[in-house]
Amino acid sequence: MAVYSQASQAQVYKATAPMVDAQNVEKTFHRNPVLRGVSMQVRKGEVVAIIGPSGSGKTTFLRCLNHLEKINGGRIYIDGELMGYREQPDGRLVEDSESNIARMRAQIGMVFQRFNLFAHLTALQNVMEAPIQVKHMPRQMAEEQARELLRKVGLEYKADAYPSRLSGGQQQRVAIARALAMDPKLMLFDEATSALDPELVGEVLKVMRQLAEEGMTMVVVTHEMGFAREVADRVIFMDGGYIVEQGSPDQVINHPTQERTQNFLRKVL
Amino acid sequence: MNPIASFLKYFNWHIAVNSLFARLILQGVIITISLAVVSQLAGTLIGLALYFLRRSRFVPFRWLAEAYIWFFRGTPLLVQILFAYNALPYLGLSNPLRNLDIFTQLGFVSIYTDAMLAGLVALSLNEGAYMAEIVRAGIDSIDIGQMEAAKSLGMTYAQGMRRIVLPQAMRVIIPPLGNEFNNMLKTTSLVYVIGVYDLLGAAKAIGDFSFRTLELLVTASIWYLAMTTVWGFVQAYIERKFNAANIDPALREGSWWRRMLGIRGRPAPAPALAGGALFAPGVEPPSIQGDRR
Repeated sequence: MAVYSQASQAQVYKATAPMVDAQNVEKTFHRNPVLRGVSMQVRKGEVVAIIGPSGSGKTTFLRCLNHLEKINGGRIYIDGELMGYREQPDGRLVEDSESNIARMRAQIGMVFQRFNLFAHLTALQNVMEAPIQVKHMPRQMAEEQARELLRKVGLEYKADAYPSRLSGGQQQRVAIARALAMDPKLMLFDEATSALDPELVGEVLKVMRQLAEEGMTMVVVTHEMGFAREVADRVIFMDGGYIVEQGSPDQVINHPTQERTQNFLRKVL
Repeated sequence: MNPIASFLKYFNWHIAVNSLFARLILQGVIITISLAVVSQLAGTLIGLALYFLRRSRFVPFRWLAEAYIWFFRGTPLLVQILFAYNALPYLGLSNPLRNLDIFTQLGFVSIYTDAMLAGLVALSLNEGAYMAEIVRAGIDSIDIGQMEAAKSLGMTYAQGMRRIVLPQAMRVIIPPLGNEFNNMLKTTSLVYVIGVYDLLGAAKAIGDFSFRTLELLVTASIWYLAMTTVWGFVQAYIERKFNAANIDPALREGSWWRRMLGIRGRPAPAPALAGGALFAPGVEPPSIQGDRR
């Protein structure tokens, strides 16, 4: 059996690593354990839907993936690289530098439940802002890319509109374009349609589905069971800070084996 | 004769008005405005710095900021001004600063630059403590999701602050900031007690010398009113530019009279489209929810 040096071991891991590798993630808010040892993996190009009742920790877990929340235990690897922390020679984990975290975050796109569009910028400027500031893309190039992305989500004629003039569905589509502007390898969706009126949900799901079909790796926290069933490659059901059940959409949604899953689905479907 | 009549008989409007453009008075106006502008600017920057100190992870910085604010909001400005002036000799700054040539070269008379500096420092430090609260309220009013979105795109805290949060916070900070400057224009008059010939100092100097204090105080008041009134218009303009004013859009239309009296009309009907069409071609029809306000 060949012996690999530490450095090349890391290289091998990175080359073959899943896009997301969460190992035993724990998170406590003021003595309230929200995540109690969550382990899961997402392969490149896979679409994973996370479902569960509110308070189950699914949104918290998603936010841990791009270190918007600091974890209290376990490790998260994004594309083979440890997220948010640096490993010391003695194995301890130390908080990583801000620039490193920002660098890793730049490769992860996140779409929020309440859109969080930059209110003082037009839709076009929203999409242009990050590539210019973070990747130092020339303004002209950023603008062309922004227009192209807005065209992709069907909003090229709203390029000069301010967020306050857009409907919820339009805002969310701009938010998706904004996240895509950084050319991420992973997209996180935090209940992206939960704050939308029912007739606006469809246009956003359509964009998300298109992204999935193009091969984007996506982790989607959602209540839209239809979306989970049709678009997701895998569905994870979380409750009380644990992963209760996971499998293909057919397995988890149509034929759940755990009682808690069945109870939840009975209420939702 | 009733008191008002006798007062009016004594009061000499000619002197009051003619002194408006006396050299010392005009110089006083310039000094008042300069003190106000510089102190307000410095105070705002100090307030901003205090915001970040208060949020620092390094706890002693936080203590420093809180102590600073507590002290400068807890002692009278007048006391702070007197303290700054009387402390100058101990700092060895009295003589070097007493009468800087640059001012006399510019044509200023009776300038005591050491007192001006002391007044400036006291005003700035004091204003900084109050601006800290205004800045904090402004920045904290911005939804935390803005910074989260910035971070999720790969921006650092500094970038998020500079490009996303602070520009939006400015909209909230500007109205109270305008109010503070209005106060500042008048509060600068306190430096009179340390011998600065600002507007009040000049008015008192001329008035006491010619036994016509009342008239000169009216002169000074006219100037203060002029300055604050002009600032009022400037402030309104700035608030419009920053969209800081929440003006009812219905009030923007209509004639000057209607706007002044607050009469709102019905909004104008949409222009008729060719061929009786309901929606303009090439534009997505409004969603069933109607136009978002």
